Amino acid sequence: MAINAPATFTRRALLGGGVAAAGTLALAGCASSPLAAGLVGSPLNPEQLIFWNLFGGGDGSRMQTMEAGYEKLHGGGKSLQATVFAWGNPYYSKLTLATVGNKPPDVAISHLTRAKPLYDGDILEPITDADLASVGLSAGSFNAKSWAAQKTDGRNIAIPLDTHPLVMFFNSDVCAKAGLVDADGKLKNLDGMDAFESALAAVSKVTGGTAITVANVSETATPWRVFWTFYNQIKGATPFISDNGSTLSVNEDAYTEVTSRLQKWVKNGWLNKGLDYAGAQTQMFTGKAAFYLQGEWEITTAQSVSGLKFGMVPAPQIYDKPAAQADSHTFVLPRKDRTPEQRKQAMLFIKQMLDQSQTWAMGGHVPAYLPTLDSAAYKALEPQADYASAAKVAVYDDPAWYGGSGSTFEATVGAQLGLVQQLAASPQAALSAIKQQLQVYLNTPSPL
Amino acid sequence: MTTAPAATRPARAVAATPSTPQRRSPLSRGDARPAWLFLLPFALFYLAFLIGPTIWMLITSFFNTSTVRSGLGTFAGFANYGEMLSRADFWSSMWHTLQFTIYTTPPLVILAFVFAILTNRIRRGQWFFRLAFFLPYILPSATISLIWVFIFTPGSGLWAAAQSAVGITPGAGVLASPKTAMIGIAIATVWWTLGFNFVLYLAGLQEIPRELYEAAAVDGASNWAQIRYITLPMLGRTTTLVILLQIVASLKIFDQVYLMTSGGPGISTQVALTLIAGTGFTDNRIGAASAASVLLFIVIIVIAIIRQLVDRAAARKEA
Repeated sequence: MAINAPATFTRRALLGGGVAAAGTLALAGCASSPLAAGLVGSPLNPEQLIFWNLFGGGDGSRMQTMEAGYEKLHGGGKSLQATVFAWGNPYYSKLTLATVGNKPPDVAISHLTRAKPLYDGDILEPITDADLASVGLSAGSFNAKSWAAQKTDGRNIAIPLDTHPLVMFFNSDVCAKAGLVDADGKLKNLDGMDAFESALAAVSKVTGGTAITVANVSETATPWRVFWTFYNQIKGATPFISDNGSTLSVNEDAYTEVTSRLQKWVKNGWLNKGLDYAGAQTQMFTGKAAFYLQGEWEITTAQSVSGLKFGMVPAPQIYDKPAAQADSHTFVLPRKDRTPEQRKQAMLFIKQMLDQSQTWAMGGHVPAYLPTLDSAAYKALEPQADYASAAKVAVYDDPAWYGGSGSTFEATVGAQLGLVQQLAASPQAALSAIKQQLQVYLNTPSPL
Repeated sequence: MTTAPAATRPARAVAATPSTPQRRSPLSRGDARPAWLFLLPFALFYLAFLIGPTIWMLITSFFNTSTVRSGLGTFAGFANYGEMLSRADFWSSMWHTLQFTIYTTPPLVILAFVFAILTNRIRRGQWFFRLAFFLPYILPSATISLIWVFIFTPGSGLWAAAQSAVGITPGAGVLASPKTAMIGIAIATVWWTLGFNFVLYLAGLQEIPRELYEAAAVDGASNWAQIRYITLPMLGRTTTLVILLQIVASLKIFDQVYLMTSGGPGISTQVALTLIAGTGFTDNRIGAASAASVLLFIVIIVIAIIRQLVDRAAARKEA
């Protein structure tokens, strides 16, 4: 009997049976299985809203709180699938490829400066007044500056959530020792080159070295933000690139002034020569420096350092006029086939996220949604209120098909500026490297 | 002296008499149809994901194809090639690819060989060393990048801590300087992929008959002489294989650079594939990216041919 058994159960029978079983399963599961949904391109779960964003750190956890707020209104975690990607070029590449590949999210976050090239590339759907009205929004619901900035060819391409300028963080204890704090614990006004440089010198005496930190190792965005802030404070500063990125129009005198000033600070020992993103913060947090230049979003990190007393002010005006490099996070609708209900659902999601702008503002960003910006609750937020004025002098990156936050442009220019700060390149060498590396982009017509 | 020439001789004899009917390719015999049927599933994938895209790459490299627009775009002729060949960053990325290959191939071959010989001599607990050398290889590139980014973190990383412990002031970090960043990536890669070559060598070592060593020992050959005259020649074929695989793998470097430095500082570690990925998927210029890919393709083929010629010349000399 045992000998006969293999004869009735052959390998062929096993394989055949397996194929048949798999086929039945596939047919049975056609309606709902992820595999079948992937093969025919239907949504996995039609009720679920898919949302892509690029927020890590403190922003990431606040965005999760807001997402939870949305889920609560719509029957729990099944109503929303939020995915976080590493920010910068990789994020926008994924958003572009997903949309081109007909698998875009329902709603995505985009920087305002990146939404324009996406729109030029036909990746975004314009948002009509009817869309806005369907959830009780209008142009008047938003801070006029960021609303005007998102308008492209007379259409609304993005709904701004915030403005995030570069600001100056300061360590209260170190500043107090250096005599830079007034009676009620606020930083004295350090505007003007002489005032600021003597403050740096005073701090340097207290810390025995560095006075101000700017991340410049494995980091290209921060050197660019700092440069663009100071550069635009100079009267006569021109756009770095113009005509959608086909002309290099930087004012070289202003460029040289800012970069040699930064090098002078490094040579004096005031500004760090080489620190990565986390290292630059740590120096200020641990009292080895008094000032730290970065976007206001690092407020969350600073607040999580126990025992740290710190404050935030707009970046000091060391030249002719106030200016601060900034961008806005916006909600965008990637191009896809939507039913009117899906469109309404996407708009409702945006509206209900905007309603939670106060949560978002805790993370440092200056809200774009006026009901929050004008609220007493926001005005009472400290230290947010101390630097909210920086949003009024916000300078966005120049529009270009390869430009915007975290773009090739920022990476190219920022990398050279980082080397300038490391004293590894002279301002002139860096500028010619920038020119040379941007040449191909300047010469190439936009592929969008 | 070695078995290698002995093994090739019959093969050559076969090649010299291809007309022998029994030696015809199985595909041209009667059982061709089942053979093709078995090959079909793979052939379809091969066509869809390798041959097809390669042909598409060749075509688009002559057009201003955009990633976000359908169709080929306007005809560009050789403009994409001209652009790439005149771009300083293309040449520097090609050089960095080559530089990475030069940095990684010799240590990965030599160290794998040395460690395999040492491990092979251990009687007890050999499994531990086999595991220790092979373990990094099974980690994903994202993990090894995180580990080595931590090690090279300026100020607080492991390397900086070790430097301060012996009284050296840590600098800005290995990955921070354009001069050392590629070396940092090469070190991480050597640590990561050494295990694969190590296992190939170890397998090769265990194939060598013990009698050869015993006979040599009886004749009074020293340890070194045994390695020099028995181990090295007997591992000749393994070495050929390891070097070829290693060169090809190194020329395809992408992950570690993308994850550890994203091509920085500046573009000092930008390699061919990061440039191609950037051009194609970030700048949305598939046409230009295709031209760069074709150029890299040509370089890899040329290197493979050169290696083949060198090998053949060496084999002829040996014979």
